[in-house]
Amino acid sequence: MISVRDVYKSYGEVEVLAACSVDVRKGEVIVVCGPSGSGKSTLIKCINGLEPFERGQIVVDGVEVGRRGTNLSRLRARVGMVFQQFELFPHMKVIDNLTIAQVKVLGRSREEARRKALALLDRVGLREHADKHPGQLSGGQQQRVAIARSLALDPVCMLFDEPTSALDPEMINEVLDVMVGLARDGMTMVVVTHEMGFARKVASRVVFMDQGRIVEEAPTAEFFAQPKTDRARQFLSKVLHH
Amino acid sequence: MYDFDWSSIPGALPFLWQGMKVSLGITAVAVAAGIAWGTVLAVMRLSSARAVSLFAAGYVGLFRSVPLVMVLLWFFLIVPSLLRDVLRLSHATDLRLASAMVAFALFEAAYYSEIIRAGIQSVSKGQRAAALALGMTPLQAMWHVVLPQAFRNMLPLLLTQAIILFQDTSLVYVSALADFFGAAYKVGDRDGRLVEMLLFAGAVYFVLCSAASWAVRLLRRRVLA
Repeated sequence: MISVRDVYKSYGEVEVLAACSVDVRKGEVIVVCGPSGSGKSTLIKCINGLEPFERGQIVVDGVEVGRRGTNLSRLRARVGMVFQQFELFPHMKVIDNLTIAQVKVLGRSREEARRKALALLDRVGLREHADKHPGQLSGGQQQRVAIARSLALDPVCMLFDEPTSALDPEMINEVLDVMVGLARDGMTMVVVTHEMGFARKVASRVVFMDQGRIVEEAPTAEFFAQPKTDRARQFLSKVLHH
Repeated sequence: MYDFDWSSIPGALPFLWQGMKVSLGITAVAVAAGIAWGTVLAVMRLSSARAVSLFAAGYVGLFRSVPLVMVLLWFFLIVPSLLRDVLRLSHATDLRLASAMVAFALFEAAYYSEIIRAGIQSVSKGQRAAALALGMTPLQAMWHVVLPQAFRNMLPLLLTQAIILFQDTSLVYVSALADFFGAAYKVGDRDGRLVEMLLFAGAVYFVLCSAASWAVRLLRRRVLA
């Protein structure tokens, strides 16, 4: 489904990604973790072409992301992305946040888009908030709407960029519950997160990054039981202690 | 001591009202066209294509470095004869109003584009990223997501610029077009009561613009709230 091969990216002298390679099969859930500034977010933004990269190759569902002439908009319509800061469109009602891309990008009719949107809001437990503006919702609710907005386009895979980092602790679980449900339904997911409980529950593999490199990649149980590198051990001892 | 005589004002009111309609008409057209063309310029200016961005920067730089009166005069001298040739109009057709509207629109677009550019930059980058991530093209992201938020943020500034523009329309007197100021001048000149007429015209501008500024302040408070 997703293949990242030897990707490099730098801002001037600073190397933000170096020799990154990872494969994600259909239906797999991959958790990407690592200290802040390690390049996790940059890596998943390269996957849907939001960040350009200099060398290497990324192929998503048969489409080569970095090649000139690739229709990135068409690709992104099939790859859902959820952001740390939700990024709902504040000038539109919740329902319109879910329908606009269906109508403008996929060319669905308004009625069809609305039906789909309401069904998805139902799924994330927010149907009664359809006519509110995002600013009237809590952070956890906004992030659930953002997930529903991505799902409305029937994506072949989903990217999550620290989806719970901006949330108050009591709201984290409502968002994780939605994500666990998605994973159990067989969605292909790449999740940048520090929520190790979530990783344990649904991830098939964990990718650990540090200083722009993928330092370790292992099946979830193996990663938590016996991390191979010192840096992964240190990281785990910090995030698991509380 | 100067002997004020206001008696020529009541009879001149219908003529002055005709002039006011010209002033408001030029303002309305210039604001609408200036914002439309200014938006295009602002988007061009922010484009990653160098040639496109340079054109917009050059346009804005040119119009901001030239006095408005001079732009108006160019247009009065050039545009009417040009339009007559292109549209094969007779020499009797009065094109002064049309050329004034075109001149103001092109000139104001340069100022509007700077306001709009700042407005676009005030919208967080994440909003554009989210729109792109949903498969929108860069232009769709601009139109559906960034510009609506940018306009909401900059509405007070756009309206303030419109008030300045309304005052600037008085410069069309260089073409002897009877806008409000021109009409007042003509009446004052005819009746030998120039001082009174200009004081009266100034008072009208003052009242209208102060009221409009006050309304903008109210609006700003509501937008920020």
